[in-house]
Amino acid sequence: MNGSQRIPILKVGRVLVVPVQVDMDDQTVIALQERILSELERTGARGVLIDISLLEMVDSFIGRMLSDIASMARIMDARTVVVGIQPAVAITLVELGLELRGVDTVLNVDEGIKLLRDEFGAHDEADDEEDDELQGELHTFGEPRHHA
Amino acid sequence: MVARGEVRAMAVALGFRLIDQTRLATVASELARNIIKYAGRGQVIAQPARHADGRTGLRLIFEDSGRGIPNIEAAMRDGFSTGRGLGQGLPGSRRLAHEFEIVSSPERGTRVTVVRWI
Repeated sequence: MNGSQRIPILKVGRVLVVPVQVDMDDQTVIALQERILSELERTGARGVLIDISLLEMVDSFIGRMLSDIASMARIMDARTVVVGIQPAVAITLVELGLELRGVDTVLNVDEGIKLLRDEFGAHDEADDEEDDELQGELHTFGEPRHHA
Repeated sequence: MVARGEVRAMAVALGFRLIDQTRLATVASELARNIIKYAGRGQVIAQPARHADGRTGLRLIFEDSGRGIPNIEAAMRDGFSTGRGLGQGLPGSRRLAHEFEIVSSPERGTRVTVVRWI
């Protein structure tokens, strides 16, 4: 079992929620990237929300991974939001010279879900019904019910 | 990975504030990765330092006996990389530290020394 298996990928509506709660070495980062992309393919999710509020450090490798995931997910028609960057991490990222290109960042999970929901709403009216569900509860399940 | 944790623990013990702990752990991560990527193996030394003005600091030394860096000036530029990296490791680390010194030769490998003062 590699380190990335300890990081859950939860499907919440049409969003993959990835709470990163452990410090990641390079191999874990690479494995996580692959798992997120295969989950995108498997579930047809339209958004990826990566919560890094518990990460005490983001170096150039992890930063590049976040950018890469966003680019790859976009090619798979999904949008990526990174939430909860700690102030010390944000300062260090900028000093390092990293821009997290192509990655939207918001302060908390609520904002992230809202941003992704607005994005789907603008593109796909069929999602509206399900998006409303997102406001009330977080749940993990397989296929969206109203498509059945 | 080990270097990050050890360096942060030492920074905490010396009384660095959170943002500086994060800077030091990030420098450790970047420069330890360089050792593994370019030289395969080497060592990281962390030691408390004392500035002439009395301030406490933390000195980190990253040593390897790899083939050295052929063009240090280029390697210190943002975005320059001979590997798979982003080219932010060396120039970024210099910005995160107060003192930064790099000595490299094909015979003796590379030694990067950084210091951050409280």
